[in-house]
Amino acid sequence: MAAADYSRWDPLVGKLGWDIFPFHEPVVLVTFIGVVIGGLAVLGALTYFRLWGYLWKEWFTSIDHKKIGIMYMVLALVMFVRGFADALLMRVQQAWTASGGTGYLEPHHYDQIFTAHGMIMIFFVAMPFVTGLMNFVMPLQIGARDVAFPFLNNFSFWLTTSGAVLVMMSLFVGEFSTAGWLAYPPLSGIQFSPSVGVDYYIWALQIAGIGTTLSGINLIVTIVKMRAPGMAYMKMPVFCWTTLCTNILIVATFPILTATLVLLSLDRYLGTHFFTNDLGGNPMMYVNLIWIWGHPEVYILILPIFGVFSEIVATFSGKRLFGYTSMVYATAVIMILSYIVWLHHFFTMGAGANVNSFFGITTMVISIPTGAKMFNWLFTIYKGRIRFEVPMYWTLGFMLTFVIGGMSGVMLAVPPADYVLHNSLFLIAHFHNVIIGGVVFGVFAAMTYWFPKAFGFRLEPFWGKVSFWCWLIGFYLAFMPLYVLGLMGVTRRLSQFEGTIYSAYFVVALAGALFIAFGIAAFLIQIAVSIRNREALRDTTGDPWNGRTLEWSTSSPPPYYNFAFTPKVHRIDAWWHMKQAGYQRPLEGFEPIHMPRYTSTGIVLAGIITVLGFALIWHIWWLAAVTFVFSIGYGIDHTFNYDRDYYVQPDEVAGIEGDRTKLLAAEAVSK
Amino acid sequence: MSTETVLEPQDFYVRQAAHDDGEHHHETGTMLGFWIYLMSDCLIFGTLFATYAVLGRNYAAGPSPADLFELDMILLSTFMLLFSSITYGFSVLRMDKGDLRGTLLWLVVTGLFGLAFLGLEILEFSHLWHIGATPMASAFLSSFFTLVGTHGLHVTAGCIWLVVLLVQLGRHGLTHENKRRMMCLSMFWHFLDLIWIGVFSFVYLAGVLV
Amino acid sequence: MRLSKFVPLLAASPFLGGCNLVVMNPAGDIASQQAQLIVYSTILMLIVIVPVMALTVIFAIKYRASNEEAEYQPDWHHSTSLEIVIWSVPMAIILCLAGLTWVATHRLNPYSPLQRISAEKEIEEDHTPLVVQVVAMDWKWLFIYPEQGVASVNELAAPVDRPLKFEITSSTVMNSFFVPALAGQIYAMAGMQTELNAVMNEEGVYDGFSANYSGAGFSHMRFKFHSVDEDGFQNWIATVREGDRPLDRAAFLELDEASIADPVSYYSSVDPELWNAVINLCVDSNDLCQNDMMMVDALGGGGLEGLYLREVFAGICSSSNPTGMLSRIRDSREIAQAGDFPGELSLAGADLASLLRRPAGSGATVPGSGAGSKTDE
Repeated sequence: MAAADYSRWDPLVGKLGWDIFPFHEPVVLVTFIGVVIGGLAVLGALTYFRLWGYLWKEWFTSIDHKKIGIMYMVLALVMFVRGFADALLMRVQQAWTASGGTGYLEPHHYDQIFTAHGMIMIFFVAMPFVTGLMNFVMPLQIGARDVAFPFLNNFSFWLTTSGAVLVMMSLFVGEFSTAGWLAYPPLSGIQFSPSVGVDYYIWALQIAGIGTTLSGINLIVTIVKMRAPGMAYMKMPVFCWTTLCTNILIVATFPILTATLVLLSLDRYLGTHFFTNDLGGNPMMYVNLIWIWGHPEVYILILPIFGVFSEIVATFSGKRLFGYTSMVYATAVIMILSYIVWLHHFFTMGAGANVNSFFGITTMVISIPTGAKMFNWLFTIYKGRIRFEVPMYWTLGFMLTFVIGGMSGVMLAVPPADYVLHNSLFLIAHFHNVIIGGVVFGVFAAMTYWFPKAFGFRLEPFWGKVSFWCWLIGFYLAFMPLYVLGLMGVTRRLSQFEGTIYSAYFVVALAGALFIAFGIAAFLIQIAVSIRNREALRDTTGDPWNGRTLEWSTSSPPPYYNFAFTPKVHRIDAWWHMKQAGYQRPLEGFEPIHMPRYTSTGIVLAGIITVLGFALIWHIWWLAAVTFVFSIGYGIDHTFNYDRDYYVQPDEVAGIEGDRTKLLAAEAVSK
Repeated sequence: MSTETVLEPQDFYVRQAAHDDGEHHHETGTMLGFWIYLMSDCLIFGTLFATYAVLGRNYAAGPSPADLFELDMILLSTFMLLFSSITYGFSVLRMDKGDLRGTLLWLVVTGLFGLAFLGLEILEFSHLWHIGATPMASAFLSSFFTLVGTHGLHVTAGCIWLVVLLVQLGRHGLTHENKRRMMCLSMFWHFLDLIWIGVFSFVYLAGVLV
Repeated sequence: MRLSKFVPLLAASPFLGGCNLVVMNPAGDIASQQAQLIVYSTILMLIVIVPVMALTVIFAIKYRASNEEAEYQPDWHHSTSLEIVIWSVPMAIILCLAGLTWVATHRLNPYSPLQRISAEKEIEEDHTPLVVQVVAMDWKWLFIYPEQGVASVNELAAPVDRPLKFEITSSTVMNSFFVPALAGQIYAMAGMQTELNAVMNEEGVYDGFSANYSGAGFSHMRFKFHSVDEDGFQNWIATVREGDRPLDRAAFLELDEASIADPVSYYSSVDPELWNAVINLCVDSNDLCQNDMMMVDALGGGGLEGLYLREVFAGICSSSNPTGMLSRIRDSREIAQAGDFPGELSLAGADLASLLRRPAGSGATVPGSGAGSKTDE
């Protein structure tokens, strides 16, 4: 292995050098060629169809929460393909070596792959997915026209993208971290990881993490301050409640991640002794700190998804959600409890029995509100009229799969049991069980459910169902063997095995991963087919599923101002109530609407910050200094822009609403 | 659910939204948002304080706070920061009276106190560095420099913001936006004061006295 | 007592036939009890899980839109009695599980001495466990047998039914010492010591490895645990003693160099000071031992001179009057500045070093403050 020399340093280019391009590794080379060809094709197509201006004006500089939400989802999908490719590489390697082969990935490469897989899937797939959903759906559900700080929203998105760009860059420029997705020191310290890998990890996370924190603040203020008149907290849709709790968790935990990573980078860059073995450092403190962030993070991912399922179950059962109040309380209880369980991630670090049992029991206690939620969904279905549309498939798949993950989670929460299960493939199976069975299924359900709202046409159900079944079968094939392997004493992150007794299980797991690959392909096909058949799938009503909440009261896609008139709420499930009370769209008397202006500041600033991150990773100090000063200056310059909003004139509103009126009338006639 | 009262179609949307929408809505939102940001910043400090609590006695057989800290100097810089908070308060009072000149004047005084604080801190750090008590020497010094330095960086940011605000006030006067910015910086400034009181008592006083 | 035997059935996978679920069917008593806990908690959870899954399927089928006969109550959304049930049933189960957890966590605390040899066999009152000192290295395992005065790399042997006490540390990054057939794992961390008390009840050769990812050679960081009878163990010890290969500081430092997939090797004797040097990160005698450093820190630090002359504090931890020693060193500032300080004190250090005779394991917590307490009781 021709490892690059990361000890050299040059004032002009820092640690950069020609040997940092890892093209001696065939897997990377092939990927690189593929990415270059694919990238050129995309760029060429954008240029050929003259889409750059459109993208820049209508999307990149947009501060419309709906467009930002969609961009988050696109980012997450792109990164999902990357993260999944990593997963496939690992599955192939393990199936290969467990069957007696030598594999095709050396440890240095394999270690980067699992580190990248974990980090990407959590930070650049699951996080943008849920953030995107919250961004798109929540303001519509509370009857708002945008979020509280629209520019900040755009900036947050581009910071997240900036982090993603850095991670992707590490694939071809230098290398990524080999220290695992949480970068435990001392392994992630400069002594044991002298290359730039961990620096890529740190700066990608820092930049994206700041974006996440800002977005968290933004969405909290949006919910607190911008709910439609009459929408008391206990009249909010459950998804808004879960969004609120999630963002409180974000704001109350991401700063801890930021601070912890700062300490780690000081150890690496300056040579301080926070987490070193010597001179008073304490690596166990890192493990504590990172999990004080890390465990709430798990609930940051799953809570919004609980909200998604609550909406979907009620809609497709044609029935009000059972136990709304207990649902809300369960969410809040989970939010609070998620702070006092972090130690269950390291029962084996040597804490005493009192400490371990305390954290074990608090962990189990979380399953009580979670169980209550499960029952609430169950009794929502009960005496309903279930329409088996694709989102409902995902929901039922979730309900059946998630409970298994919950069960294995409780097993892991018993400290003495954890001693034998910790770090094993059983643990891997457990958290994929809850993340795939929960978050991923939920995201697919949500995308299918809200797709017509976002784009004005439904997704082709056939391919959606194919995707669902591939995912469901694939999930069970891929992860049930891992439970068994865990019980056979196989630990995680292995690239080589002794003997071939595990072979069958790893081969089945590989087959499962391939099924999941088909599931992803089917989803992409579904989108392509739906775009082709969009006229047949068109949703003119704005309410394709007979929905219950306010987002279905406006058109699909909604006008940029969301609602011509701010809705007034009297009851929970406001739109359902409006429909029952014989609500009619107001057709005249439109008023000026106050809206924010689009700005390119977010994307430009995030671009500079990406370069800053790159300079810091490669120790190019002059570039870091220049970009740092420039980004501060640019940010300050932005504050001198006082012309940030405008009023949409009633004529324009009347025009847009008039078009819709005609459309609805035509629809009524054709029926 | 007994909404027996009959609701007319027009009860489901708001007419004449313009008068209470917009401005007012966003104002309070900014203050709330900024306050939440401060709380998240507080957590960063909380993490650093916790780190100091865990590592603060790991001197690695090197110097302890008693060997390093000069309380007189620290007390002086503490007063610089406390005074700056008071003068910021005066500035806000002038702003409420609509007195732009008074506002600017007191802001300048605040900034000078802030700079004096920073100068003393730089002096202290360079002294420590000079005698070899660098952040690389022990976990105690690592956590000390990080905690105090992070506060110092915040004050630096506050000073830069203050200069920017001076320019903005000079150009546009006491407009709505500028008043809001005054109030945000005010919260930020007092927040840093509060953090410093924690640093002073928890790091310096406790370090020297114990 | 082998309740865990039917776990394969619980897992309900026909393709499990013939596989060796070592975690569920281990050879050591501690691991057996841990396996039982897995079974009990599974059963408790199934009380809720099975009805939920069944009802999900039943409701989904019964209340499908095409089934016009099923009752439809679009506004039914609350039932106090149901709410009480859905909160209290999980609560009751978690209560049971919490009790179980509390008791089991205390009983199976890896730090506590064993309470029995196995379900059928009592433990003797005044037994002495066989102590094995474990060092995780890049990327191999070193096992020191202080009682026998030998050491082995990547191979562990112990008599069956003899209480074992592992004292675990690392000379590198975090690892996790795990023999699934024997007992649960515990982290191995540099500069401190963790412990594991366990016993093996069946003879055989079992797998052991690091369960916490530690870098490039992690996959090969494996060893075999030979559980043998008393004679077999004596024979093994004799084999280990055969070669003339002492494990002293120099040999340790040589072994400590990163390497992957090292073959099994033996050391016929072990420097009795070595273990303390390892857990205090001062095998290379140029480094100040952690325990000395912690003693200085506990006494208020070594002052500015400590920045440059840390080594003068060597041995302070074991001196009879560390406070006096510290003040003697710290009072010698002038001498230090005059330049002849190191020589004189290295003499003093040498005197004190000869007093370094501590029972194994003391002072092996994390450097410094309260976070170091490894047992919280």
